[in-house]
Amino acid sequence: MTAPLPAPASALSPSTGAAGPVVEVRNLRKTYPGPKGSTARKVAVEDVSLSVAPGEIFGILGPNGAGKTTTVECLAGLREADGGSVRVLGVDPQTRPERVRDVLGVQLQESALNEKITVDEAMSLYASFYDAPADVEELLVMLDLVEHRRVAYAKLSGGQKQRLSIALALVGDPRVAILDELTTGLDPQARRNTWDLVERVRDRGVTILLVTHFMDEAERLCDRLVVIDAGRVVAQGSPAELIDALDDTRTVRLRVPAADRDLTWHTLAGLVDVESIDEVGREIEVSGTRRVLPAVVLALAEHDVVPDDVRTVPRSLEDVFVAVTGRTYDPADGASAAVGPAEGADR
Amino acid sequence: MTAATLAPTLPAARSHGWRGFPTLLATESRLWLREPGTVFFSLAFPTVLLLGVTFAIPGMREPITGTGSAWDGRSAIAAYVPVVLAAAVATPALTTMPVSFAGFREKGLLRRLSTTPMRPQGVVLAHLVINLVAIAAAAAVALAVGALVLGYPAPEQVGTVALAFVLTATSMMSLGVVIASRTSRASTASAIGSLVYFPLLFLSGLWTPGPMMPDAVRQVGQLTPLGAASQAMTAGWFEDGFPALQVVVMAVWTAVLLPLGVRLFRWS
Repeated sequence: MTAPLPAPASALSPSTGAAGPVVEVRNLRKTYPGPKGSTARKVAVEDVSLSVAPGEIFGILGPNGAGKTTTVECLAGLREADGGSVRVLGVDPQTRPERVRDVLGVQLQESALNEKITVDEAMSLYASFYDAPADVEELLVMLDLVEHRRVAYAKLSGGQKQRLSIALALVGDPRVAILDELTTGLDPQARRNTWDLVERVRDRGVTILLVTHFMDEAERLCDRLVVIDAGRVVAQGSPAELIDALDDTRTVRLRVPAADRDLTWHTLAGLVDVESIDEVGREIEVSGTRRVLPAVVLALAEHDVVPDDVRTVPRSLEDVFVAVTGRTYDPADGASAAVGPAEGADR
Repeated sequence: MTAATLAPTLPAARSHGWRGFPTLLATESRLWLREPGTVFFSLAFPTVLLLGVTFAIPGMREPITGTGSAWDGRSAIAAYVPVVLAAAVATPALTTMPVSFAGFREKGLLRRLSTTPMRPQGVVLAHLVINLVAIAAAAAVALAVGALVLGYPAPEQVGTVALAFVLTATSMMSLGVVIASRTSRASTASAIGSLVYFPLLFLSGLWTPGPMMPDAVRQVGQLTPLGAASQAMTAGWFEDGFPALQVVVMAVWTAVLLPLGVRLFRWS
């Protein structure tokens, strides 16, 4: 198992061990021309720095329009940065893109294949571009595409297209793979399968840069991540570190018999550890200090109230986003961010 | 497990950007053949046009009389052969090819390719090759069927006709590349292609072949790539003189349009 390399959330360039970073971005800035007749330029990426260690699954997380795709496009040498520096395995993809293409596999959000190309044809075609391609058969097996190998691209399901796209990103046997919005549009089962797949790819020794607007996806997969909002890194670290660094508010939801409802409300409102009580559907939501759960349970026991259900509301990256931006997380909302041409629409 | 094996260094550049081009050309050719519309318009349209004109328009197989020129005594359909060759080039160059290029761009296919060691130029070059082969095949089929069914005289100057045909192909393909260079949608490329295609066909003499073309149209037509094309091939086929003006016109169009198209071409 590859050890994630935890770093303090405050550090700009976390230590990445003796091997040095595989991908390094420093103060990246990228603007696009503004609307016609205006000289103002839209800022897609204001200031992004990140550093990815070998063997990591590194997340770039944020709402649509935050600058995620622009960042990885600069990494892949598809766009020219306005400022800052980018290195992939020590090489600048901005000036020497041809040196990066052999070792960087890219799965892009907005790219399709010819509708009539079959899985087999696409795989052999893309394999032919590389000096030392991966084993096509092995990839087809791993991505569960063997039985679809003679199917034309247009006839594949969304999940199959996505898997083919991943297979094509890996067919050059890359050392780094960029996976952009991998699970958008997939059903829950296909999403979970894709997550397993990403971990298997990492186990092959591929360092992965995962671009996503799904908080749960980042939390589940990433060893470390940066949260990007409006073109800036607003938080970074491992998911656990980010969540642990939140303030100490804890939330509990409980359901009590209707007869005990008023008593419960009254009892809990008087506790020192409780900061707020709300009604959420049939549940009562209680927020307070770290001690809110034992305090609530104890107080109810004293009054002989037996709740039907008690559950803690786990804290997630979503809470991290709220804490650092002051907004609730709306993945489709790029309102506060400048929207780059490649990242405007949510499909 | 992986950290030790993944020192962040890169070997010397291994890619030259064209590795896999034969596979790309073969794959694109197979895919091209899977589009029935494209295949029909590129390969069969000139023959269908020639036969259609011959049998649908009365009098096309009668000899021309009373023009007082070299045309007298020849069947009217003979005057159509250079026009059909021009159409054989113009149809793929202005309709199917720009549409496929814009489609590649629209689907992000060129963008996808540019993240691999293969350059997106590769797919453009592959399609230029495919279309050139298709044009040559379409012209050969039309000429063979025409000779078999209709019978017409062999060219007076084979070399001139061949040169004119090659220049027709280069100038029209260059025009097609310019049309395809910026259009971000297949439908736009199709509309612009048609907008250029029909006036050029008119100037090439599709509706007024050979001696039937009014002088004013001929004067304008000789400055356009397709007008110059049919006039140069007509001269090479039926006359003695070398169509210097028309050959220069096509060469100039190629020399201007091809670099322009390459310069303007966008990958995404």
